[in-house]
Order: sequence, then structure tokens, then C-alpha cells
Amino acid sequence: MSQPNDFSPSCPVPLAQYEQVLLAHGGGGRLMHQLLERVFLAAFSNPALDTGHDAAVLDVGGARIAFTTDSYVVHPLFFPGGSIGTLAVNGTVNDLAMAGARPIALSAGFIIEEGLAVETLERVVASMRDAAREAGVPIVTGDTKVVDRGKGDGVFINTAGIGLVEHGLRVAPASVRPGDAVILSGDIGRHGMAIMAVRENLPFESAIESDCAPLCAPVLGLIASGAEVHCLRDLTRGGLASALNEIAGGAGVGITVDERAVAVREDVRGACEILGFDPMYVANEGRFVAFVPEADAARAVEVLRRHPVSSAAGVIGWVTEGASGLVAVRTPLGATRVLDMLSGEQLPRIC
Amino acid sequence: MKFVDEYRDSAAAEKLLGAIRGLVTRPWTIMEVCGGQTHAILKYGIDELLPAGVTLLHGPGCPVCVTPLEKIDRAVALASRPDVIFCSFGDMLRVPGTDRDLLSVKAAGGDVRIVYSPLDALRIAAENPARQVVFFAVGFETTAPGNAMAVYQAKRADIRNFTVLVSHVLVPPALEAVLGSPGCRVQGFLAAGHVCAVMGYTEYLPIAARYHVPIVVTGFEPLDILQGIHLCLKQLEQGRAEVENQYSRVVSEQGNRPAQALVAEVFQVVNRAWRGIGEIPRSGLGLTESFAAFDAERRFDLSAVGPRPEPAECIAGLVLQGLQKPPECEAFGGRCTPEHPLGATMVSPEGACAAYYRHRRIAAGQGSVR
Repeated sequence: MSQPNDFSPSCPVPLAQYEQVLLAHGGGGRLMHQLLERVFLAAFSNPALDTGHDAAVLDVGGARIAFTTDSYVVHPLFFPGGSIGTLAVNGTVNDLAMAGARPIALSAGFIIEEGLAVETLERVVASMRDAAREAGVPIVTGDTKVVDRGKGDGVFINTAGIGLVEHGLRVAPASVRPGDAVILSGDIGRHGMAIMAVRENLPFESAIESDCAPLCAPVLGLIASGAEVHCLRDLTRGGLASALNEIAGGAGVGITVDERAVAVREDVRGACEILGFDPMYVANEGRFVAFVPEADAARAVEVLRRHPVSSAAGVIGWVTEGASGLVAVRTPLGATRVLDMLSGEQLPRIC
Repeated sequence: MKFVDEYRDSAAAEKLLGAIRGLVTRPWTIMEVCGGQTHAILKYGIDELLPAGVTLLHGPGCPVCVTPLEKIDRAVALASRPDVIFCSFGDMLRVPGTDRDLLSVKAAGGDVRIVYSPLDALRIAAENPARQVVFFAVGFETTAPGNAMAVYQAKRADIRNFTVLVSHVLVPPALEAVLGSPGCRVQGFLAAGHVCAVMGYTEYLPIAARYHVPIVVTGFEPLDILQGIHLCLKQLEQGRAEVENQYSRVVSEQGNRPAQALVAEVFQVVNRAWRGIGEIPRSGLGLTESFAAFDAERRFDLSAVGPRPEPAECIAGLVLQGLQKPPECEAFGGRCTPEHPLGATMVSPEGACAAYYRHRRIAAGQGSVR
């Protein structure tokens, strides 16, 4: 122990390498990316995977097919604004949409815990049916497994999806160029705080409902408008901050965001204030960012605003050169700060 | 958002910044005491907007940073016991002990739970009479009343399976430790508003007088902080060293008397080790004899987990005091990068080393030389 007069406070360094998987490895932040690189990319590396996009795009007999999969483990199964079923459909539909693809079909795999009420399962499946209908995509194949009581959390769902890419654009981080406008499709943070409020039984005045929604309609509308879409990314775990960092890193560019242009609903802001969360890192399930050339920005915003799910779309920032991989935020007071990727999960602060 | 947006107004901030620019005639160094203030300063970029020569140093008021290694190790040891439910505020879970953090204990099967109030931990104890529930009671004077209340209620309700691992610290002795440091550059303080909401601010009067430093009790919103800086600089320019209260909408001179009385009943002032600083006499709180039955360090045998030496990591401490610049560190940019940090200042996106590292890269990309 050093002497009392040697005053040198420094925050202890969080661990960067763990030999066991933590919950934080699933948080969408830096720890998750380390796990992906160390375990999965190391084992599976190939050109389609290495693109690092939400869906792989494959040439199949002359057609460009987008292919993606995602698993859903949310607790509770039902929450204001959605359920594990709506997430399972919309999440995969949105991953296809982010490749600029029209969803063609989904698969659904269920891992069910012994003891789950059949009525609950029926409600989950009904919500999937309704979500699939809204997104205009059939669920064409599936699988069911049951595990011992205590070895699942009610039900886990995996969905995979294929979509058709019907345009010549290369929608991927590598297409992003300095000067591109960054368009955000609406207010952020609703899904994460809706789940948080229910899971932790936090008594807020009114229920915050998830923003869970299919995004294929606005995206396909955007592409049909002729706007030169460079990249799309839906904001899920890790929030807006992680999505922008992933794209800045993947494209080797900088991104500057005007914090005042990023909308956060009043009740979501209040909940974040109470818990010490930054809405920039809170999960969404019905929001995305689009990167388009400056010349197309106004038209793109106008097209997106025609769709209810993206009726509040607006330009929130710009792609810059030089600052490779760096996301900067102009604060409301006019200063600039770095918006880094989260290390693991956001944890409620002491004070 | 009412009562928040008013204190983030950019026009009012610009006005205050103008007043600060008009006031300053020479360089000054001010320390904001509380980690919450540091957070707001970096989030809004307030340090960047101040006139050149006005330096903000980040103070010791972050419970995560100052809780000693030994206590983290003891928390890890307790949380690893199969008979224990270990409850903590969320951000303590990531603080590394000698070998691991509480997140790792959780991954290995330990029952570690995040709570939002110590009373939640007490409720868990009442609901699980066959298990031992330990709450990690850390923080400054701000969290002390809530933690005292949990222990007080446990005694009243005779909940015997509830204990607390106490590592409470106090602000005034830390300010004196800062001021007594040989390399101290601090000329004025922004005192922690929420600590003073509990304690009032009379205990700062002798410190301001003895060391001739202005101390301004300051809030946490951007306008609070700018106003606190303005008041502090005004005192410095005029050669005054008084205790002033910027945060009067929350803080009164005498503070919250019932909260103080509860803290005084449950806790007593003890010597306390601070991470990165060492032991400071009479700088912490421990349970009084009449509540000793709720002390986890007495209930459980933790004798195997003694004081540990701090790892010699990097020059973060010197960087934080402004005594050295990041590029002067041998490891900077080589062995130490944001992806493989050796010290805290390279970890946080807003840390001095990480910021330097990134801005240097920006400068290089634009072809300019710094």
C-alpha cells in the first residue's frame, strides 16, 4: 500500500480477457466482438462472413440471396409493445432488410423448457404469426426441442431468414464514404428501457413500450426511390453507439453525430436518468441508421418519413475522413467528445 | 424534462462561459470532487469549452475507483460461497480484484444480484431465510443513509441472515489528503452536491480556511458545473477562500439532519484504506458495536483475504494529476492502446490517454503534426 501523501487515484482497469463466458459477452459491446473474433471468426472465416454485415449476401444461380439467423432469449417473454415472438420475426426480418433484401421466408426453431404452459406457447406463436403477416413473410419450416426444467428460460427461439436482393447496390460498411449523411429512423432507447422496467419491476408512471417493428418497408422504399444507399444497420443490443462504431470501424472512416439531433422520448430519458444509463447504448428493435451521399440525404429522409415506423427520420451526422474508426459527438453545449463502443453491458451506477 | 432541461440550456451555458472568459486573468486549476461531476464534464465536453489555462482535475469521488483491492477480494470471496446471496450496486461488478471480478464469480455459479437499493437486499434476505444475504455497502456520505437504514431495519425486524460488507468513505478527509500531497496543484474545489445534501457544508469551513482554498458546493448538470466553476474562479481571482453553495436548490447549510442521525447511530468513523491513495485516518465509516452483528467481516471468516499490494500498472495517477502527459509514458501507443490498456486512463473513452491516442491518430490522418 502506498503512503497516504502519495495521491494518485485511478479507476481500476476492467478485465479485458475472461476465461469464462460472462453475460456481458452477449451485450453487443466490445466483449462480444472479442468473443466473435477469438472463437467464431477464427474458426469459420470466409468472404461472406468476413463482410461483417447483419446478413450474408450470396450469389445463387444468378440471384443475390441474403441469408441470416438470430436467436432470442428475452425475459420476460411478454413486455409492453411486443413479445419474444415479435422479436424473433422482426429481428431476422430486419437483418435481411439491412442487407437491402426483400424477405422471402423464415424458419423458426423452438427450445422449450419442460413445464411451460401450452397457453403461453400459443400466445408466443400467435404473436409470431401476426408479426410475420405484418412483415409479409411466411414461416416455412421449423423445429421443436424440449429441455429439462431449469435448463431453459420458458422458451428460446431461433429464426433464420432468406431474402432477395433486387438492386445493384452494395449495402455494406465498406461502401460508406466520407461526406455521407447518417440518417436515424426515429427516437432511440425504447426497447431496452421497456424490458428493463418490466424485468426489474421499476415503477415508472407509464409503461414504456418496445419499438419492436419490421423495417423492410421503409428500407425497400428507400432503395426504390433511387437513393444511393451505402450502408444500413439496425440498432439492437449496444444501441446507436455500437452500430455507429461497428460501421466506422468496418469502413475505416470517422463519424460525427450531433447529439441534439438524436431524439429520445421523454419517458425513456427519465428512466435512463434514474438508472444512470446513456440512451446512446440502450437497445432498440425498430430503428436503423442509413448512410447515403449528401446529395441524396433530403430525398431519403422524405421517403422514410412516409412510413409510420420511420416517420421521425432525420439526419443526425456525417461521415468524415481521417479519423478512422472514431465516432465523435457534438454535445448540446457545442463541444466534441468520443462516443466509444461499450465494453460489456451498461450497469446501473451507484450514484 | 422538467427540472433537468433548464440546467442543460445551451444559451445559458454560452452566457456563463462568456462570464468565465471575461473573468480569468491567469491559469487556475480546479478539482471537481465527485465522479458524477466528472461524468457530466466529459459527457458535455465542458473542459473543452473553458478558456485555455483553466484546468479541471478529476477528484477521488468515485466509489468504484477508491474501494480498496482488499474489499473487492473479500466481496469475491463472500460471493463465491454457496450459502451466500451477494447483492451489490451494478457498477461494482466490473471492478477487478486481485484475481477476478464479481461478474466472473457470477459466471462461475455464484449468486450475485444487482440491486437498486440496499432495502432490496434486505427484502431478499427476508424472502430467503435459509441463505445468507450480504450487501456490498460502498460509497460516500450520499449512500450512507440508505445503507444505514437497511441495517437499522434488519435489526428492528430481527432479520439475522442479512449482513453488510462495509467500505464507506468520507469526502472531507480525502480533500485534506489531496491538499496535503506534495505535488498538489489544486487551487479550488467543486464539492460534491449530493454528499452535501446529506451532510450540509459546515465541515468544509475549516478546510477552506486552513488551506486557503475556495470550495463551491456544486450540482451535476452542465449549468450547475459551469456556475460552480464561475464562482470558484471569481474567488480565486479575488483572493478569497470561502465555502459557497451553488447547489442551493438541493443543499442546505446543515444538510439532512434525520439522515445524519441515522448514519451516526449505525456507523462510526474509522480509518479507511483508499485504492490508489493508501490509508487515510478517520476517512471511512464502519458499523458501531450495537450493529456489529450485521458486519459481514465478523460473521464470516475472511482472515485469508488480507491487504494486497496494488499492481504497478502505469502512470495513470500522474496523468490524472496533470503531472505528466500521456505521450510521456513509455508504454503509450505501444504496449498500451485502447484495445489492450494498461491503465484506466486508456480504458475509458474519455480517459486522457485514450483521448490523446485517438486525437493523435486524427491528426496523423489529416497530415498535421502535433
